[in-house]
Amino acid sequence: MSVVSLEGVSKEFGQGGVVAVQAIDLEIGEREFVSLIGPSGCGKSTLLRIIGDLIQPTRGEVTVKGKTAHRARLGRDYGIVFQDAVLFDWRTVAKNISLPLEMMGWDRRKRAERVKELVDLVELTGFEGHHPWQLSGGMQQRVSIARALSFNPALLLMDEPFGALDEMTRERLNLELLRIWEASGSTVVFVTHSISEAVFLSTRVVVMSARPGRVVGVLDVDLAQPRTADMREEPRFAELIRDVRRLLRRGGGFDVEEPTPTGEEDYIVAEERLR
Amino acid sequence: MSTVVEPIPRGTLAGRVGRRVQDWAPAVVVFVGGIGLWEGLVQGLNVQEFLLPPPSDIAETLWTERETLWSAGWFTFEEALGGWVMGCSAAILTALILARWRTLATAIMPFAIAANAIPIIAFAPITNNWFGTLSQLSKMVIAAVLCYFPVLVNTLRGLTSVRPQQIELMRSYAASELEVFRRVRIPNALPFIFTGLKVATVLAMIGAIVGDWFGGSLDALGVEIQRQAGVFAFTEAWAAIVVASVLGIAFYAAVSGVERLTMSWHPSTRGTAE
Repeated sequence: MSVVSLEGVSKEFGQGGVVAVQAIDLEIGEREFVSLIGPSGCGKSTLLRIIGDLIQPTRGEVTVKGKTAHRARLGRDYGIVFQDAVLFDWRTVAKNISLPLEMMGWDRRKRAERVKELVDLVELTGFEGHHPWQLSGGMQQRVSIARALSFNPALLLMDEPFGALDEMTRERLNLELLRIWEASGSTVVFVTHSISEAVFLSTRVVVMSARPGRVVGVLDVDLAQPRTADMREEPRFAELIRDVRRLLRRGGGFDVEEPTPTGEEDYIVAEERLR
Repeated sequence: MSTVVEPIPRGTLAGRVGRRVQDWAPAVVVFVGGIGLWEGLVQGLNVQEFLLPPPSDIAETLWTERETLWSAGWFTFEEALGGWVMGCSAAILTALILARWRTLATAIMPFAIAANAIPIIAFAPITNNWFGTLSQLSKMVIAAVLCYFPVLVNTLRGLTSVRPQQIELMRSYAASELEVFRRVRIPNALPFIFTGLKVATVLAMIGAIVGDWFGGSLDALGVEIQRQAGVFAFTEAWAAIVVASVLGIAFYAAVSGVERLTMSWHPSTRGTAE
């Protein structure tokens, strides 16, 4: 059974009808690690949010674990990680991780046990009592991943989770994420605009075109599992990178000068500020 | 993988006390110096007592008149505190409602902001008329109205200035609106609320004292200041002003202390020493 199934999914924003994504068909199976890659503004983050029922598609069918995306969200079938860790400053590391568990009504002892497991998993033992501002960016993001995994969701949605980190931290966390993915047995949908990150992590890479975002091609990554850091130097890795680049070029990914000021905000969310 | 993060330096007790002394020393020097200068200039230039009494005389009056001043001060402080509680709780409640139903906020906030510009203190004679000149309630009401707007505006800003991704995260957990308030909006608003509450302490004291000026019980500090000034007993008036100031500062400090206890997690309470 596929974990995520998209059929003819399109999304238009506003009255002007800015087409963010167009006619996306995609099946993601159990235990897959699928990356969505494309130029800024191609709607990859929008697509991720459509899967998570945080944005409603204009057209098309979204199924998550055999349910509608809406029912899957209400059933807490996925965990989500954003580019910012989105931790709550007033909660310690342990309490940030246990937030979803509190909301699901787990009792205190079970929560504490689970938090301990997760803190070990993301290697933050000893930092349970720290507040987010006492952690480095990489550590914050690991807390965020632990929180997303806390309730054992079958699906993990990740929106450029390592985009704000330096290259070294990013490569280290890539390996960690693969280890966690292996251990947790969940399916991952991973948005990135780093080609090497997509190839290194994924079982499949979905390449999207510039706006309106369409699927240009899907690439099977046949590097051996589990991945090791050395694989980045293998000829096959270089070939796959080249293949992704070709697809991106075909989708106009390299010749479009996107006038997006932030570069990342290819989705639209309700303005929270009150004037 | 090894993770290296320095624990927050706490230091020894003696070290912390030492740092505190260092932090406060300049302010203490300025205070003592200022009082000394005042005393010296008034004595040296032979300034008339009704223009500016020397601090030593004011201190003496504070001691000899301590019972009257203390009871008047406490009476006025009750007015301020009562008004502060009334105004702040009404403001926070209103902010919660406006943050929940945002269209209501867009309809009402322009008026609230406009009302904020009204010199509310001018209404004191009217509240006196409504709630009784001699009653503490009429002063509480004017203090409450003064406190209301800054607390409302601050709280509402805190409740609504939540990062969109925090809301998305809560939605991914299928959180109800109530849970979003309880777990995100209200904790997020706390620093804003406390800013409002601290500003309101000062306003409440002003409201109570000025409210007294438009007629009030003889037990009230504002009436005491006015009465002493009226009979050229300026040293007594100054002593009453000192009492009002000390109470105002203590009120502010108390709320500030509660803020620190409530928000030990917040950057502003981390302390500056590294």
